[in-house]
Amino acid sequence: MSIKIDSVSFSFGPRQALKNISFNLLPGRFHALLGPNGAGKSTLFSLITRLNALQSGDINIDSLSIKHQPASLMRRIGVVFQQSTLDLDLTVMQNLLYHASLHGISTTQARVLATKELSRMNMADRSNDKVRSLNGGHRRRVEIARALMHKPDFLLLDEPTVGLDPQTRRSLNQYVRDLCTEDGITVLWATHLMEELSSGDPVLLLNKGEILINGKADDLLAKSGEDNYTDAFHALTAGYTEFNK
Amino acid sequence: MNIVMGWHCFKGVLIREFLRFVQQRSRFLSALVRPLLWLVVFAAGFRAALGISIIQPYDTYITYETYIAPGLCCMILLFNGMQSSLSMVYDREMGSMRVLLMSPLPRPYLLLCKMIATALISLTQVYAFLFIALMVDVEPPVIGYLSVLPALVLVALLLSSLGLFLSTQIKQLENFAGIMNFVIFPMFFLSSALYPLWKMQEASDWLYWICMINPFTHAVELVRFALYTQLNTDALMITAGTTLLFTLLAVTGFRPQKTGR
Repeated sequence: MSIKIDSVSFSFGPRQALKNISFNLLPGRFHALLGPNGAGKSTLFSLITRLNALQSGDINIDSLSIKHQPASLMRRIGVVFQQSTLDLDLTVMQNLLYHASLHGISTTQARVLATKELSRMNMADRSNDKVRSLNGGHRRRVEIARALMHKPDFLLLDEPTVGLDPQTRRSLNQYVRDLCTEDGITVLWATHLMEELSSGDPVLLLNKGEILINGKADDLLAKSGEDNYTDAFHALTAGYTEFNK
Repeated sequence: MNIVMGWHCFKGVLIREFLRFVQQRSRFLSALVRPLLWLVVFAAGFRAALGISIIQPYDTYITYETYIAPGLCCMILLFNGMQSSLSMVYDREMGSMRVLLMSPLPRPYLLLCKMIATALISLTQVYAFLFIALMVDVEPPVIGYLSVLPALVLVALLLSSLGLFLSTQIKQLENFAGIMNFVIFPMFFLSSALYPLWKMQEASDWLYWICMINPFTHAVELVRFALYTQLNTDALMITAGTTLLFTLLAVTGFRPQKTGR
């Protein structure tokens, strides 16, 4: 399976958010999409998930094009958005069943799938609790379980650990890495938290809507001359904040 | 998309809307209190002032309560349509709309599912209102409760498609107050819901014509006739045509990220 982002550009009015972005994702690998706030990460996600329409370029999974076969492509994508999209007044199970129904899955089958995914995330005993009663880490786990229910090949996570404590961040990160090795899922994990990176991870560094680095995590060190990822990230994206874009 | 997938999707959307509705009991109560206040308080005050002559579809003199009951049924549907519009804008701003839009099923179909689900849930409130209205002697023929059902479904679809269309035009939640002033109140008051159109014509010709071009007037008349087991063909055509128009406008005008940057 191959995932290809091909010459994608996008503008919000006069402001160009993405400038001719192209890259391929390696099947079954954990890819980190790095960049400061406003670099274009969420815009890229909104294009892959069709929340914004492509203005130029194309996005492909195998031979499927987002322009020509959007439905087939969406069946193969699971997404965890930066902002929680769970219905707080419904139970965990009701949220999952709703998602499954939107993918045309029957309630009976959806219950089996939901129970399986929740068990994998140690959340099966919370399935009848209202989402409102869950803490931030548990809500994230539910969102990941939901994103996996329809068996996607490609999982997108947009800064999924924002607002979580370090221990929960680590365990979520590890869980998603296990999905790559055990289930062969290709992951694109957007973050600006460098401790979520492992050496050897394929990395894309976005800055001001352009790709600065498309390589391995250690390329950040090589290109910046720093000895740790956090300093390397700051050095490579220096001078860029949302205030001066 | 095949039929089975489409059915599971519709069922899921309907169940979600129903669960949300059940959980918001205050919404159910306020949807009933509003028309009941009109029926009991407003009607009592205006009964003496407004004489109702024999008009179609009634075959005798009627009380003012009986006259306004169909309009109040439509008022419930109107407020529910606007409520669903508000919840669409809210869902879009809060991000929960994304769950719906990540579905591989066609977006126009998803929007239709949401529209139909909203309409069906509104019907339970209308029947609850009609049941309570029996206590103030609003007693249509028993068969009328059945014959009015298709009319109520169509009007509910009209108002929920209008709500969906408005939600495509509203950029921010804060703008929603304008809808109250510029859509709900004019639509309701400039219609035959509270007073027959001949009364309006006595007051002013141009007010009468505004009422005549208001689709809500025809929705009210469709329900009024159907409740008394009669078909108002003109009202049916206009209501069906406007429903189709608003549905098309809503589906084609829908943009997932209206709030944009």
